[in-house]
Amino acid sequence: MSTLASPGFWAFVGVVAGIFTIFALGLQLQFGFTGLLNFGQVAFMAIGAYTMAILVVTVEMPMWAAAPIAIAVAAAFGLLIGLPTLRLRADYLAIVTIAFGEIVRYIALNQHDLTGGPQGSVNIGSPETPASYNDDWLAFQGKVQDALSSVFGNVSKDTAMLAIVWTVAIVLIVVLQKLVKAPWGRVLRSIREDEDASSALGKNVFSYKLQSLAVGAALGAIAGLFFAFQFSVFSPADFDPLTTFFAYTIVILGGTAKMWAVPVGAIVFGVIFAGTRFFDFPPFSYFDSGERAYLRLIIIGLILIGLMAFRPQGIFGKREEMVLE
Amino acid sequence: MSELLQLIANGLVTGSIIAIAAIGLSLVYGILKIVNFAHGEYLTFGAYMAFFVNVTLGAPMVVAVLFAMASTALMGILLEFVLWRPMRGRGAGLMSLFIVAIGLALVLRHIIFLVWGPSPRQYDVDVFQVYDLGPIRLSLSQIVAIAIAFGAIVLVGLMLARTRLGKAMRALADNRELAAVTGIDIDRVVAYTWLLGAALAGLGGVLLGLVQSSFNPNMGFTLLLPIFAAVVLGGVGSAYGALVGGIALGLVMEVSTWAALAGGVASVYKSVVAFAVLILTLLFRPQGVFGKARYV
Repeated sequence: MSTLASPGFWAFVGVVAGIFTIFALGLQLQFGFTGLLNFGQVAFMAIGAYTMAILVVTVEMPMWAAAPIAIAVAAAFGLLIGLPTLRLRADYLAIVTIAFGEIVRYIALNQHDLTGGPQGSVNIGSPETPASYNDDWLAFQGKVQDALSSVFGNVSKDTAMLAIVWTVAIVLIVVLQKLVKAPWGRVLRSIREDEDASSALGKNVFSYKLQSLAVGAALGAIAGLFFAFQFSVFSPADFDPLTTFFAYTIVILGGTAKMWAVPVGAIVFGVIFAGTRFFDFPPFSYFDSGERAYLRLIIIGLILIGLMAFRPQGIFGKREEMVLE
Repeated sequence: MSELLQLIANGLVTGSIIAIAAIGLSLVYGILKIVNFAHGEYLTFGAYMAFFVNVTLGAPMVVAVLFAMASTALMGILLEFVLWRPMRGRGAGLMSLFIVAIGLALVLRHIIFLVWGPSPRQYDVDVFQVYDLGPIRLSLSQIVAIAIAFGAIVLVGLMLARTRLGKAMRALADNRELAAVTGIDIDRVVAYTWLLGAALAGLGGVLLGLVQSSFNPNMGFTLLLPIFAAVVLGGVGSAYGALVGGIALGLVMEVSTWAALAGGVASVYKSVVAFAVLILTLLFRPQGVFGKARYV
């Protein structure tokens, strides 16, 4: 059977799209609603995944305690980065955040004792035994699988993961939708439209930006946790700047300043990203699978350029809400 | 002491390459408000164009360097006409252009991956030829790189200071409206700015490929953030600032590894030092060393 027709493959694509939905929700809040050009979102994903794994392996903490701490640590880093940088102009913020993301990646790559170095999470802790942080999670995933199987009959592990990730994603979308419709979200949008006007109305612009950055960072960390759970091992290479650019593609594809546009963007992106891997007809068949990986990234680059040129508001966004001043 | 001198020499090599790459980025940023995230790929493109001439065709390195500069300049000007000018015509703002630049970077880098593959490449030069200059040792590539880079820096400096075009470029980067009022043909100067910036990026790419001794399609992107750091350090839009910022940054990156400086920074963290310089500059003097505060 061709891979394209296999349900297992599409369940995998669905899980990854769900993880990227959560990841890009943070960016939607920061970029779409608040107008913050954060190009270091991947750093928060890395901080979430690494903090959890290090706490579980080195401190031997249960995963259910380590995961909330990891999210809190990422949010704290959001505050820490925001404090000095949020007063900067948009383009400078972009450069600083991308530099921050690279600093995090370099540390993950080179502080072998803490992070396991280039081989990644398997090398955390003692060098003799390969580290695993995933036992608690797999136990939980197994329970969900059993529960789903008793209702729907014979559900696979991947389907259980799919259900968990998307449940979390949908809950987060609903909560965020409430938040951005509330006065809090309206202030964020007013900051995006005109910072001076909202501070003239007595809003503490800086504080709101900081909150937006920290909440977005926490969302990035949640995505990092699911990334770690899904793949069982991860390494610094998973957290290069490209991952942040993917999230931007998702946000812009779906449409800015619409929370529920994010999963649509993520699914379209996921299909493009994973689907093109298996296009076995011309012109794609002229390239081998390694070359098709490059072709895929060329296509994503062209999508970004094309969207900016012809439909900057994405599929669902409103043109007047596009913050691209 | 000789260790310090060696680090300073290495710093001048890295710094002069960063400097010539930073000029184009800074001028384009200042004149067009484009944060050209694809500038690193312009370097990579130049490096592979030289590889094509030097290794695939077997021509001497001098020819390869000239071809790399010419072809990168051509690409730069072509992209101005097919991409940047139409985007400006659509009224695209700073953030839109930033995202377009990211898309362009992805496209260019992976075209290079597609054509030449991921494996490291080398120029047809003797990488083991090393010269002792007093207490310091430099490879032939390093000496050539530093000589060419400094030559280019002096020429560009003179061009910016003396020629009408150079003055127009600086005027435009300084204040676009004022420059337009005085009758400067903006489109023409913009085209020349891309030509100059891209040619220098191509040159920088070849020199980087030479001193690294081997390179892959990620080479330019790896140096992009240090180049940004140099631009910001020198003040966005200031060509002289980019030159000085680049050399200063190269020196800081190398000298930070000096063991006498409290053990020095591990050499793998050299780039992190550049990022730290970038962040500190933006925090304490966002207009850069040579910039003017009104642009911040």
